[in-house]
Amino acid sequence: MAGENEEKLNQNKIFINNEWHDSVSGKKFEVFNPANEEKICEVEEGDKADVDKAVKAARKAFELGSPWRTMDASERGRLLNKLADLVERDRLILATMEAIDGGKLFSTAYLMDLGACIKTLHYCAGWADKIHGRTVPMDGNFFTFTRHEPIGVCGQIIPWNFPLVMFIWKIAPALCCGNTVVVKPAEQTPLTALYMGSLIKEAGFPPGVVNIVPGFGPTAGAAISHHMDVDKVAFTGSTEVGKLIKEAAGKSNLKRVTLELGGKSPNIIFADADLDTAVEFAHIGLFYHQGQCCIAGSRIFVEEPIYDEFVRRSIERAKKYTLGNPLLPGVQQGPQIDKEQFQKILELIESGKKEGAKLECGGGPWGDKGYFIQPTVFSNVTDDMRIAKEEIFGPVQQIMKFKTIDEVIKRANNTTYGLAAAVFTKDIDKALTFAAALQAGTVWVNCYSAMSAQCPFGGFKMSGNGREMGEYGLHEYTEVKTVTIKIPQKNS
Amino acid sequence: MLQKLSCCVQNHLYRPCPKHFPPVQSPEAPGLAVRLNTVLLFSLQIFINNEWHDAVSKKTFPSINPATGEVICQVAEGDKADVDKAVKAAKAAFQLGSPWRRMDASHRGKLLNRLADLIERDRAYLAALETLDNGKPYSVSYLVDLDMVVKCLRYFAGWSDKFHGKTIPLDGDFFCYTRHEPVGVCGQIIPWNFPLLMQAWKLGPALATGNVVVMKVAEQTPLSALYVANLIKEAGFPPGVVNIIPGYGPTAGAAISSHMDIDKVAFTGSTEVGHLIQKAAAESNLKRVTLELGGKSPNIIMSDADMDWAVDQAHFALFFNQGQCCCAGSRTYVQEDIYHEFVERSVEKAKSRVVGNPFDFKTEQGPQVDEEQFKKILGYISTGKREGAKLLCGGNPAADRGYFIQPTVFGDVQDSMTIAREEIFGPVMQILKFKTIEEVIERANDSKYGLAAAVFTKDLDKANYVSQGLRAGTVWINCYDVFGAQAPFGGYKASGNGRELGEYGLEAYVEVKNVTIKIPQKNS
Repeated sequence: MAGENEEKLNQNKIFINNEWHDSVSGKKFEVFNPANEEKICEVEEGDKADVDKAVKAARKAFELGSPWRTMDASERGRLLNKLADLVERDRLILATMEAIDGGKLFSTAYLMDLGACIKTLHYCAGWADKIHGRTVPMDGNFFTFTRHEPIGVCGQIIPWNFPLVMFIWKIAPALCCGNTVVVKPAEQTPLTALYMGSLIKEAGFPPGVVNIVPGFGPTAGAAISHHMDVDKVAFTGSTEVGKLIKEAAGKSNLKRVTLELGGKSPNIIFADADLDTAVEFAHIGLFYHQGQCCIAGSRIFVEEPIYDEFVRRSIERAKKYTLGNPLLPGVQQGPQIDKEQFQKILELIESGKKEGAKLECGGGPWGDKGYFIQPTVFSNVTDDMRIAKEEIFGPVQQIMKFKTIDEVIKRANNTTYGLAAAVFTKDIDKALTFAAALQAGTVWVNCYSAMSAQCPFGGFKMSGNGREMGEYGLHEYTEVKTVTIKIPQKNS
Repeated sequence: MLQKLSCCVQNHLYRPCPKHFPPVQSPEAPGLAVRLNTVLLFSLQIFINNEWHDAVSKKTFPSINPATGEVICQVAEGDKADVDKAVKAAKAAFQLGSPWRRMDASHRGKLLNRLADLIERDRAYLAALETLDNGKPYSVSYLVDLDMVVKCLRYFAGWSDKFHGKTIPLDGDFFCYTRHEPVGVCGQIIPWNFPLLMQAWKLGPALATGNVVVMKVAEQTPLSALYVANLIKEAGFPPGVVNIIPGYGPTAGAAISSHMDIDKVAFTGSTEVGHLIQKAAAESNLKRVTLELGGKSPNIIMSDADMDWAVDQAHFALFFNQGQCCCAGSRTYVQEDIYHEFVERSVEKAKSRVVGNPFDFKTEQGPQVDEEQFKKILGYISTGKREGAKLLCGGNPAADRGYFIQPTVFGDVQDSMTIAREEIFGPVMQILKFKTIEEVIERANDSKYGLAAAVFTKDLDKANYVSQGLRAGTVWINCYDVFGAQAPFGGYKASGNGRELGEYGLEAYVEVKNVTIKIPQKNS
């Protein structure tokens, strides 16, 4: 048993056809622990040649008559349920790996990230044999029905902020619908995805159904989005790269594209809200996982009468933090993921100071090793400041003031993003008005960040295309075929 | 396959089992003596609130082994007073704020999956109980019934958090949506032909959607369902969510169908009793009713069918489960060009069917479930002879102990004969001749029943035409008795109301609530 685990922990290669491969080029890249900037290990660096191998394997596994294509849909569900059980069995290892590689608090990784992974796998497992086509009453003497077929080979490019959760969000619906996949995990955080390779094999998925190619965006990622034999690409990451992916899809073979990109989500607090609850949700809504969430509530609009009190309580809440090694209990904030992010966030903090926002606390780095940034709060933020417009992706909270409903709706929607939004109020009319008016894929009322596998998630406008999770998420992994059969005489 | 099975059972021989459950013995089957130890308490009683109760009246009734006619054991006999207790418990478990009402829908699914795991764990014992109590061959209980039970529960586990209400663009300044709420206390009355499977078909959708259940199991076959009650508790369902009452139809069953505090009744059984249930529901509190009743399903063999396959499937369609299937293909219509050959081959096949001790792996056909059925079937056989059908094989009891009947085939059957119109529910095959496709569709539909039907043909147009025209809830093409948890099943006309299984199966277990909220201004 120990030997088996050790073997799994040594999986730092490219996973194709349920086997482990060196990179074609022989190159490797380093993976770092952001809490102390030390190298964890080296991983095989996948590039175009490796992506080609993976796509070939995925295409073969998808051939008509293959084990995967002829498998009962309920059996696909059974395999996904089995995978969930294996993730649960290895929950401790996976959570530890995720915490070290991703700079994530261990308690959060274990309870929240792993919890979400297991539930998502079970959720999608349940859908596998419930994907219904239709029979359709067409005009004329025809019998018409639709088949909801898998699209085919799906390229999936995932980010570093929730490595394992994002891995599961991608493969679970894809596999549930019968597709085969080529996954490129983020270069910052490939380890838990590669470990999943061994569990996928153990669960019994046929070879070639899931392939994992660690590597960099401009090489492996681009190879996927440009590939002429990849039928669909799903990407979660920055809006900037999202645009490149969509362009590449258009330039190559018009592969289907779903994108889950950035956000600058408004969190609107009315004077009639429960203030304690609002402060707490607004705080977690921004600072969760060091602010590295696409849904971060990074523009907090507070109604004038309670503005000062809200700011005061938010500062107090942000000050109560212990930073440090995310594996240790008692630590509330870990490091940012890497130097690039670290520098970008500090630069934006400086812009905030320069452009006249009031720095209430924090405002700089912490510690002499690792990419730590102090929890930072800006008040008196105005909509034209960079910190109010650009996605910071760090522990930097912006608090602005508003007067009227119409004003705040306009200001909240005045962004090219549209991922999430929230409103805090006890009033039923206000709540339902904002539910309709906010241009965001998810609107929370009297809460923030409440997510679950049953709910569709995705962005309006430049926060993305398409939805993940829920029943809606299946549509993106399905190709609808209409079959029309001539019959002698149609009867209703 | 037989050897693998035997090993399987051997491996389960010494697994601890519920107290008071009978040791399962089979002296006539050499090499297969399934003797099991007992462990759990109070299991042949009434299951209410996750506890075991004697009947209020303290009465018991015997459960009989149909292979021998002997009593297996005594079981508590539930009546109206016990139904009342169970309904009270169910109501309490369904109150707003209860653990069951507040539970995440996904967690309901988790519990159902856990129940499936436990049934899988105890598969060999459950299959043995099923065979002992019902008489179906053990190999079938284990490989078919138990397999389908597990799959059915897993299927519905997956639905728990996916049966969506809608948001609706109503005219006016309103926000409108629907909630799919559980109906409430569901009475479920299940039959003896597929005891465990019928239990799973009922519990799956009811529990997935959040209902609470009062289930009456058939008096002929209470044992396996009562064992599952233990597993329901072990899986972690809160007390009162599932309550199981062994008892008789006219007492416990009637108490359920006329209960003022039961919100819905689901019944599988004879059309005759189906009428009674619907009447009682109407006369009491208009509880919602779904019924899955009898059938006299037509199996149409066109002259271009694959003969070998059609003979094989038509045999299976009738004789499976000792002929005790609601959807048995009990009117085999054969196109005249191939009629003689088809009849000859069918008789040959029926003659070679192995009837015997259901624990013997060589056995294909066990006994009928009880003396009442046994006598009724023999009665139909003599009516068939009397009315002029041609008895081609069988026609008599197959043993002098237990309720075994020889596989029986009648040829030259006419639509007007009793054996062509009434449900026999035994191993008695009727073969009829037809000329044209229009004629056979009309004759096939000329029945008060409409549960299932089938057509065997290679021709695409014929297949589509016939399947459109048949008034039956399931139409099989070039196959028979193909079931899956994913596919809806139910009857047209007097074969029933409503559908079980599939997504459709959820509909009967939810009450749709429309919520309409006034808002300041509607925007699309």
